[in-house]
Amino acid sequence: MSARSQNRPKVRLKVRPKYYDLNLFNLPLPALVSIFHRITGMVMFLFMIPLALYLLQATLKSESGFNFWSNVLNFPLVKLILLGFVWAFLHHFFAGLRYLLLDLHIGVTKAEARTSSMWVFALGAVATILFGARIW
Amino acid sequence: MVSITKTDKQPVGAHYGWREWLAQRVTAVIMALFAIIIFGFFVIKSEISYQDWKALFGSQLFRVLALLFLISVYYHAWIGVRDVLMDYIKPTAIRVTLQVMVILSLVSFTIWSIAILWAQ
Repeated sequence: MSARSQNRPKVRLKVRPKYYDLNLFNLPLPALVSIFHRITGMVMFLFMIPLALYLLQATLKSESGFNFWSNVLNFPLVKLILLGFVWAFLHHFFAGLRYLLLDLHIGVTKAEARTSSMWVFALGAVATILFGARIW
Repeated sequence: MVSITKTDKQPVGAHYGWREWLAQRVTAVIMALFAIIIFGFFVIKSEISYQDWKALFGSQLFRVLALLFLISVYYHAWIGVRDVLMDYIKPTAIRVTLQVMVILSLVSFTIWSIAILWAQ
């Protein structure tokens, strides 16, 4: 025990009620941006990085590999999975830009933080849809 | 401004974690710039042939930029995954084991990246 904690007045605080609302849909928007920033980051580390490296290697190695993977990427289901990954990247990208702005003390009030969170979700969704329209 | 007069924070050395915080942001900016360049390339070129693809990665400058980008990805991922593990995995033995596995995989990715980029 440190000297400081021994000097602390020994008053037992009244037991305060705890209320954890862990339902994602009841979180304020900035919290939702934050938790999705974490989830998308983990998804990219676990799945997207190794997959992207494998594809880069396979498509550069030979023309037949390039053609094979180009054809695979033309399957609608594969495109859908790709869109999921693209959304993960784009959400992480826009949420990250928002954090960089917050670090510069831009948009730190509660109202601004909520508005910018809305923008992060909107831009992530719109950019994913535009990407989808491009590859379809 | 809120002024804090008394704190129970444990003193753990000056500027603890500051370097990781900064590195995460520097790598983020490098990745964002590279992502925008790549995005531009795909927007301008509607159809990419194997020859275009080879030519792009045949350029020494592009290889160096791509490696800089990938190393930024791996360093950024290390700091982020480490933060997640520190927040959610409380038993030290399990957390450190996972952290070692993450480091080993990211070092492997770095070596693999160099092998891919300079295999041509």
